[in-house]
Amino acid sequence: MLSKIKSLGLMGIDGCIVLVETDISKGLPSFDMVGLGDTAVKESKERVRAAIKNADLDFPIKRITINLAPADKKKEGSAFDLPIALGILAATEQVNIKDIENYGFLGELSLDGEIKPVKGILPMVISARENGLKSIILPLENADEAAVVNGLNILPAGSIKDVVNHLNGLKKINKYSVDIDNIFRNNISYDVDFSDVKGQETVKRALEVAASGAHNCVMIGSPGCGKTMIARRLPTILPSMTFEEALEVTKIHSIAGTLATNTSLITQRPFRAPHHTISNVSLVGGGRHPKPGEISLAHYGVLFLDELPEFNRSALEVLRQPLEDGVVTISRINATLTYPARTTLICAANPCKCGNYLDHSKECTCTPKQIGQYLSKLSGPLLDRIDLHIEVSSIQYKDLDSKKEEEKSSDVRERVNRTRKIQQERYKGMNIYSNAELSPAMIKKYCKLDVQCKNILENAFERLGLSARAHGRILKVARTIADMEECQDIKTHHLLEAIQYRSLDRKIWSGQ
Amino acid sequence: MVDNKQYWVWLSSLPGIGAVKSKALLNHFEDPYNIWNAKENELNKLPFLTSKDVGNLINIKIKESAKIHLDNIFKNNIKILTINDELYPYYLKNIYDPPSVLYVKGDIRINDKYIAVVGSRKATSYGLSMAHTISCELSRYGITVVSGMARGIDSYAHKGILSVGGRTIAVLGCGLDIVYPNENKKLMDSIIENGACVSEYLPGIAPLANNFPARNRIISGISLGVIVIEAGERSGSLITANFALDQGREVFALPGNVCSINSTGTNRLIKEGAKMVTGIEDILEEINISFSNENMENFFTGSFANDKLFKDLDKEEIKIASCLKTEPLHIDNISKKTGFSIQLVSSVLIMLELKGIVEQLPGKIYKLKY
Repeated sequence: MLSKIKSLGLMGIDGCIVLVETDISKGLPSFDMVGLGDTAVKESKERVRAAIKNADLDFPIKRITINLAPADKKKEGSAFDLPIALGILAATEQVNIKDIENYGFLGELSLDGEIKPVKGILPMVISARENGLKSIILPLENADEAAVVNGLNILPAGSIKDVVNHLNGLKKINKYSVDIDNIFRNNISYDVDFSDVKGQETVKRALEVAASGAHNCVMIGSPGCGKTMIARRLPTILPSMTFEEALEVTKIHSIAGTLATNTSLITQRPFRAPHHTISNVSLVGGGRHPKPGEISLAHYGVLFLDELPEFNRSALEVLRQPLEDGVVTISRINATLTYPARTTLICAANPCKCGNYLDHSKECTCTPKQIGQYLSKLSGPLLDRIDLHIEVSSIQYKDLDSKKEEEKSSDVRERVNRTRKIQQERYKGMNIYSNAELSPAMIKKYCKLDVQCKNILENAFERLGLSARAHGRILKVARTIADMEECQDIKTHHLLEAIQYRSLDRKIWSGQ
Repeated sequence: MVDNKQYWVWLSSLPGIGAVKSKALLNHFEDPYNIWNAKENELNKLPFLTSKDVGNLINIKIKESAKIHLDNIFKNNIKILTINDELYPYYLKNIYDPPSVLYVKGDIRINDKYIAVVGSRKATSYGLSMAHTISCELSRYGITVVSGMARGIDSYAHKGILSVGGRTIAVLGCGLDIVYPNENKKLMDSIIENGACVSEYLPGIAPLANNFPARNRIISGISLGVIVIEAGERSGSLITANFALDQGREVFALPGNVCSINSTGTNRLIKEGAKMVTGIEDILEEINISFSNENMENFFTGSFANDKLFKDLDKEEIKIASCLKTEPLHIDNISKKTGFSIQLVSSVLIMLELKGIVEQLPGKIYKLKY
């Protein structure tokens, strides 16, 4: 007897239909599996055999052949356990196979027949819907995540016995659903808030500019001045995620397996802070079994690189292309995968090796040469992709202790939302969403300067020793600052403020 | 004439024959040409020469190499100033070990009055700005500032006087065809245009560590006095101060924060008797330059930097500039003091910077320029 069961696999961040074909024929008992499965897939033979037996069903003592079609695509993971088991049960007519082509199956089996959660549910369920499946049977723990997708029945099952009973019409599994609006309403709360940051007005202002235009920025300051603390609060002022954004972010985290159980949707913007010993591959993604890297996990959120000069130089170099393109393309022998990587990069760095150069209460023990060398690691192409340079000073005790009410994240976020909306309207149909993404041609079009501004900029380049790379950056940031005031044209004070954020391009840092 | 210079260059390039020995040789023979022609037994009679020195004097007589040196010197637009030249700085001539030959790029004037402004390479913003201010002030009294063009204080001393169109001399510890430190390329060019770079080393000689203490004796030797702006415990500027004492020059020191390791050297100098500088008059009265009292008020606090500077500014700019009068401030504090929003303060500050009124220091700290 032959049976065909539908299941789903992953290609990059998208799912694809995998047909599990089972043939049972007479001959010497054997259990063969073809279709480019990885070790986890191959080992499923043993789990399936034990699970069927322990669920009081019959495992046929015959010649069993399983094919995972399409046979030329790599299959990974343990999600095929359940469809393989059902394929065998269907081929031996232990389950009803009449309407089985409407079903998709996903799940790992334990030896006693229980169904365990798997990674990457969300993209697979989305692709199940796109491929016209009516119902999908999946592990209980994954139900929340899958229920975000409308348009097909989500049937969570606890064990293989439940699935058999459902298919045979003995005991139906109830459809599972979640209220998406409710998730959005309840989940947008962060346990940190911008109002925790005392003082540091300049830094807060600069980060608001960064959030408003999705600009990358670098913070420089001595240890303990609060760079990390402030960076952690940046996601709280980023504009709230739309459903589409949330779906995309959840997909990536679902594949990477970083989604907490019983979460349907990630509604908070991700904040990723990898340690500086990170390898190139874990930063941008890849590996023998390609996985999304930190930059993709920070999609629509913040990638925070603390102690930037300590990072491996090559790791920083591989960041360049994804930062520009917003996607990471990974080519391996078997497949070429594309992961989205539209993230705001926030870097933090000490001003020198000992860290005290900017701190006026501590002595810096570095030589001028060391100071120059330390910061020179930041120079070049990476700095080209960073719009804002923020110098962070340590704050005084009286600021820490002050009773002054600091502004709440929600208030700032409201302003940021407004500014982003202006940009989205302006760039409609141009495939960009924010000022940070403006190309040189667009800068010419949207960042026009009047004569007075032009004079100031020229003067600034001459007197402040700005480098050439600053030019476009200043214009983009000036555009954002003008948008924050809902101003059509860039005025002089917008431009002047934008020039403030280029301190690393200037010579004040060379230590002389 | 050119021929004669050739022998001077030869004398200055001999290993083992330093400033003291060449001075003694010149005393004896009067002219390097005579030294070139001196016989071995004649040289052997001189008590200050070792047998090795005599060997060098006799054996290293390749005219071609002196010629190559000379070509190199002219190619680099370097002038040779011998100790017998009348342009040779008068004060330097009278120290114990004056260099017999000075290589000069730029122009040395006979009537210049020199004061050295030196300090550590690793300086605080306080030191840097004081170096700048003091040399600006000295230029008002027609003084030429001498320093070493090193990083930190030295560079700022040169920059300060150049910014107000004064003259300055840099004494280098390497050949004049080498820019050291190399980020000072531009600075060196403008020093040559508005003064001179001076060295006792032939072109091509690298900035070796032991050249610098020797260089320091020229800095102090050329000058009427030495002002040490900032010096740590073991700073090279203290060597200059020592030379100045040996040479009978005035030593001035700028007091610093007693907790700061960048000022331990200067504070100790003061304790040991150097003149403490709290105003420009402290310097002027020691070196007998007349000064009028009208401009002296609050010299360092900068409030004399009269309000006519603020003439062309608008209301916000004046408010921000005036709150910087007493001390340099962080941008957040400026915003707090004036009550202006951060965005306003930061755009006004850049404007003031463009107008040349304030200056930004590392760490978003602003100070008035004058």
